[in-house]
Amino acid sequence: MLSLQDVSVSYDGVPAVRDASLSLDDGHVLAVLGPSGSGKSTLLRAIAGLEPVAAGRLSWDDADLAGVPTHKRGFALMFQDGQLFGHLTVARNVGYALRLRRTPNAAGRVRELLALVGLEGYEDRLPATLSGGERQRVALARSLAVQPRLLLLDEPLSALDAGLRERLAADLRDILREAGTTALMVTHDQEEAFAVADRLAVMRGGRIVQQGDIAEVWRAPADPETALFLGYAHVLEGDHAHVLTRAAGRPDAAGSVAVRRSALVVADAGPLTGKVVSARVTPVQIRLRVDVDGAGELDAVARLDARPGPGDRVSMVVDASRIAVVPEVH
Amino acid sequence: MKRIATLVGLAAVPLAVLGVFFLLPVSGMIGEGFVVDGSFDPGAVADVLTRPRTVRVVWFTVWSAVAGTAVAVLLGVPAAHLLHRRAFPGRRALRAALLVPFVLPTVVVGVAFRELIGEAGPLGFLGFDGSAVAIVAGLAFFNVAVVIRAVGAAWESLDARPAEAAAALGASPAQVFRTVTLPALRPAIVSAASVVFLFCATAFGVVLTLGGLRYSSVETEIYLLTTNLLDLQAAAALSIVQLLAITALLLVTNRLRAVADPTLARSTARPHRPTRGDWPSLLSTGLVVVLVGLPVAALVVGSLQVGDGWGLDNYRALTTEGSRQALLVPVTHALVTSLRTAVDATWMSLTLGLLVAVVVTRRSHSRAERRVRGLLDGLFMLPLGVSAVTLGFGFLITLDEPPLDFRDSVLLVPIAQALVALPLVVRTLAPALGGVDDRQRQAAASLGAGPLRTFVSVDLPVLWKPLLAAAGFAFAVSLGEFGATSFLARDENPTMPIVIFHLIGHPGAMNYGMALAASVVLAATTAVVMLVVERLRVPSLGAF
Repeated sequence: MLSLQDVSVSYDGVPAVRDASLSLDDGHVLAVLGPSGSGKSTLLRAIAGLEPVAAGRLSWDDADLAGVPTHKRGFALMFQDGQLFGHLTVARNVGYALRLRRTPNAAGRVRELLALVGLEGYEDRLPATLSGGERQRVALARSLAVQPRLLLLDEPLSALDAGLRERLAADLRDILREAGTTALMVTHDQEEAFAVADRLAVMRGGRIVQQGDIAEVWRAPADPETALFLGYAHVLEGDHAHVLTRAAGRPDAAGSVAVRRSALVVADAGPLTGKVVSARVTPVQIRLRVDVDGAGELDAVARLDARPGPGDRVSMVVDASRIAVVPEVH
Repeated sequence: MKRIATLVGLAAVPLAVLGVFFLLPVSGMIGEGFVVDGSFDPGAVADVLTRPRTVRVVWFTVWSAVAGTAVAVLLGVPAAHLLHRRAFPGRRALRAALLVPFVLPTVVVGVAFRELIGEAGPLGFLGFDGSAVAIVAGLAFFNVAVVIRAVGAAWESLDARPAEAAAALGASPAQVFRTVTLPALRPAIVSAASVVFLFCATAFGVVLTLGGLRYSSVETEIYLLTTNLLDLQAAAALSIVQLLAITALLLVTNRLRAVADPTLARSTARPHRPTRGDWPSLLSTGLVVVLVGLPVAALVVGSLQVGDGWGLDNYRALTTEGSRQALLVPVTHALVTSLRTAVDATWMSLTLGLLVAVVVTRRSHSRAERRVRGLLDGLFMLPLGVSAVTLGFGFLITLDEPPLDFRDSVLLVPIAQALVALPLVVRTLAPALGGVDDRQRQAAASLGAGPLRTFVSVDLPVLWKPLLAAAGFAFAVSLGEFGATSFLARDENPTMPIVIFHLIGHPGAMNYGMALAASVVLAATTAVVMLVVERLRVPSLGAF
């Protein structure tokens, strides 16, 4: 079990991570989600032992990791661009850690790992001849070779193009589950986090602002900024918020209400009314901006056959699963 | 076709200069070896090569160069790590200081080592005076800077993440170095080592001043055969051997250099403070500082010694011709000659070097064009492979009759020096020019800029610093050039290195003291030039 207690990391006296506390049980995959510059990569490097911890305690199964050098931590680190060793073949890259430990039957294990990541027969290729996705798969196999206590993933998919990213994210989750690997991944992409992880920690300005089960965090963001970062389109306060909660059939919230872009759905005789400001057709639905009576301008969606145009008055229902009550921050 | 015509047009001036002042003298020298009494006789070359003395000289050249290279690499690589990957106070000053030996005039270094390990010197008890150890130490003294510079630059820009990935996979620091860092640095180390070997094998001033009568390398042997024994044919034969060996080495070096992957991702780590684990680097850097510092210190101290006391008498004597008519002109006169010559050599090598650099770095549009550029690139590197002594000797025997009678031209010495400096200039400018994305030029052209305007707005901004650095480099090289100059300088117009060499060859305490003082002055002049250049922080400086 990895645990961090009030860990701070600074660069030249400027704090990059402040008082971060985390825990990650064996077998789980935690995504640390944050915008760029939030300190998430620094946190990862500190866990890997590549940056010194300025304050706080970093431990594994209650053993303090301070003073344990990177190569003795047993945490494998996978970089954004794989960082394969360009002068070694795929097989020698994957078997690198096995050779360091003089593991018998390394060749068999390498074959096994390449099969696990779907790259059978790639043994003798050089990294330069691989596509971006293949390189990441090799890097993953290399990291898994010695069955690390913890796998650290630094934006493992962000260097790839969108379609490939989606496919590889699903593969990555399956591979991690199958190998039973405990993993910590940092990313700025919510889709990536949701596709791979089961636990989520949100970082902002060097602090961890929220953590928990991924669905839980998704459902109940800790504050308005987190809600916006998690992909909610608007955060409403006061009377505007009440209009939404009432329409959703929920009790009045004490705080703000975060609303997804698809929370309002155009429907006959819905509890909300408003005037369409603009409409844009997408392949699956029509996206609208609607000036909602009593709640201001919000996003809404309509079925493709509804054809509302700017200036039309429409009525809407609220999908209660797509709004979240957010505690006020004072 | 038009592109190739432009290319040849730009290359015309450097080609003409290279043809007249390099290819002609060198081929004239080769002819001298093969032609005996007016008839072609290659057997004479073979005769010379089987002389026991020749074999001894060649063997000494090879092993002393190998030893010098080994010492320079073994000390230089760890020192490069400390100076380019670790942060500590005074790092930049130390880096600059360790660069100076490379451009110190060879004669000065010879004098400094003699002062240190000579019978009366502080390390005289070691008995290294006139020994091979002294020569190897002298060679390492010069070339450790080359290794630190080349390997350090590669190390500094080395992506830290593969090493971090290896550490995260369980590799200890030593394993990381062996399996990740060393393979990444290998091209830089091999390339530095081959260049250092080249410099060691063609070292002239150091071997001549330290070797005495016992040790002679191919280079000094050519000099002795030409000037003392007047055995021109033997000298020519040795020159040919050297030319072939060094050209072969250059070709191999080029091949090795091509291995380096130019597309390497660059994410350089910020250097951090040295830790206990850095002891090999710290130890090596300490040794380098001792190796470089001691001779220089001995030189300065020696120059201030007058009889049993201290004083500036040696420096005051620089306005005289020395005792017992050691010189024809005062040393100060030689200093003025040196500076004047260096200015001429600098503008010549800069003009030639800039043209060559532009020609060889422009992107090729066809295979033929690329081949022509590659050929030109190699051609202008040739002066690196031909010893300065051979060049000077070739000048003497080919440029002595109309229409190419330059014996009395005051520009002869600067031209020879400019050619010696040319490869360094090209190697400093070409990487900067080659680093400019060609699309920048295309963008400028598409906005209506003509070729000249494009050059001014795209190339010049990245080029001015390397240009200044190359100027400083050429200036320093010219100030210290001894091999070619010793053949070409007229007795009444000697340069500083020539004067120093004359002074140590003449008996008398005053002459020796003057040699020391003159060495300090010359070393200080070059050092100042080099330190200014170092301030420009040109990454490709001294890259080969």
